[in-house]
Amino acid sequence: MTPRPLSFMVNGETVRLLVDPRRHLGDVLREDLGLTGTHLGCEHGVCGACTIRLDGEIVRSCLTLAVQCEGARVETIEGLSDSGEVADLQEAFRNRNALQCGYCTPGMIVTAQDLLLRHPEPTREEIREHLSGNYCRCTGYHAIVDAVAATAAGRTAKGSAAA
Amino acid sequence: MKAPAFDYLAPTSLAGALAALAEHGEAAKLIAGGQSLVPALNLRLLAPGILIDLNGIGELKGVSVQNGHLRLGAMTRHVELERSPVIRQHAPLLAEAIRHVAHPAVRTRGTIGGNLCHADPASELPACMVALGAWFTLAGPDGERRVPANAFFKGVYETDLGPDEILTAIEVPQAGTNRRHAFLELARRSGDYALVGISCTAEMDGDIMARLRPVFFAAGPHPMVADHAASVLNGRKPTAALVQAAAAALADDLSPEGDLQISAHTRIHLARVIFRRAVARLVPEAGLDGPQEVAA
Ligand SMILES: Cc1cc2nc3c(=O)[nH]c(=O)nc-3n(C[C@H](O)[C@H](O)[C@H](O)COP(=O)(O)OP(=O)(O)OC[C@H]3O[C@@H](n4cnc5c(N)ncnc54)[C@H](O)[C@@H]3O)c2cc1C
Ligand code: FES
Ligand code: FES
Repeated sequence: MTPRPLSFMVNGETVRLLVDPRRHLGDVLREDLGLTGTHLGCEHGVCGACTIRLDGEIVRSCLTLAVQCEGARVETIEGLSDSGEVADLQEAFRNRNALQCGYCTPGMIVTAQDLLLRHPEPTREEIREHLSGNYCRCTGYHAIVDAVAATAAGRTAKGSAAA
Repeated sequence: MKAPAFDYLAPTSLAGALAALAEHGEAAKLIAGGQSLVPALNLRLLAPGILIDLNGIGELKGVSVQNGHLRLGAMTRHVELERSPVIRQHAPLLAEAIRHVAHPAVRTRGTIGGNLCHADPASELPACMVALGAWFTLAGPDGERRVPANAFFKGVYETDLGPDEILTAIEVPQAGTNRRHAFLELARRSGDYALVGISCTAEMDGDIMARLRPVFFAAGPHPMVADHAASVLNGRKPTAALVQAAAAALADDLSPEGDLQISAHTRIHLARVIFRRAVARLVPEAGLDGPQEVAA
């Protein structure tokens, strides 16, 4: 009903908008800001395609109302790509054929990066567990788990080489 | 898949939220993590006139230990149950159970208060709260009242919470050094709602089972306390034969329904399987694992 003013940070830039309370963050990112890397699959929380980072934590953008993001810091796949933060993960996904149609990929990358930041050396079981809320209808997951494991191994090797 | 139109209010105090709730009455809906409410809105199962957001209310946040109780603000997020060392120390059952609730990107937003008020019969936390003997504090226009967890859950998505009330905090009696717990659930995919699950606590007097409290979820309209099964074991030394007898008694304790995923009959069967596993975990020294599983 009454649109509300919203001011928040998206991929490092301050954004000011008027939004209807009923609109979820995923729609506002895609339709108002043109950030179409955030995909909407189910819009009720089960597929994970819409996963983004809100104040450093991964969330479902389809289950977060845009008006709830006042003052918040939002990072989407575009932001994580531009900063280079997930460049090695993206490379590993390409190398391992961990995507076919690519619909699930932004959500997979955001979620996998969250795991790697918290647990730099996850087991395959832990990778599957962390990605359990992200559906992929194409790959069968095996290649995705491979890509995340390869990225973890690459980062660990780099870390110990630098030390 | 788009929510209907509604207005939105973000009060910054509990008093403000209660006043808004009183003013808007039936048209208002509280929003906490939104992880059950927003799906319902997007699916147009609900059409509230106004949402009252609890996220800006400091009084509803925080985890602390106060005179023998672990106090959890209603807005404590699932992920805090997973990460908090205080919770791990004082209520390890909750830290273990929360990993079965939804997926990481849902646990970052979902709150304990929202989960308990939503009262899904297949939900893990309500059963844990009943097993732990937790108390809930509800604030309303006439002040506060406290309700024990087992009196709070009334039916499928139905609780003792009045339309003008807000759940503010949960108090969990601290685990004594003698308290043991076990948590098991069967689900088709990690993070899905359970096909059936058990959350239980117990104490041992030497090798005698005392105060076994098995609480099932997805086995009836609300968390189901398996008193008959417990009474077979309490006051006795657990043996494979007794555990078998207790598992048989579950037919008197549970009233599961069948659905698209699983029949009522299979639910009871699986409840017996996880009950035996739970008791074996509670008293590893009794060596109950093994052949009895084959008898399932
Ligand atoms: C994909 C997916 C999988 C899930 N899997 C599971 C699972 O396996 N197990 C499980 O238990 N849950 C699961 N959930 C639900 C999740 O745990 C929710 O977070 C939780 O049920 C609701 O908490 P919330 O804070 O998001 O509440 P909301 O969705 O904001 O609110 C839920 C209800 O509670 C009311 N409410 C909220 N807070 C209060 C309060 N303080 N006082 C009074 N009323 C209040 C609201 O008005 C609303 O009616 C899943 C959710 C998703 C999207
Ligand atoms: S679109 Fe958000 S989880 Fe599917
Ligand atoms: S690549 Fe098509 S859904 Fe995952």
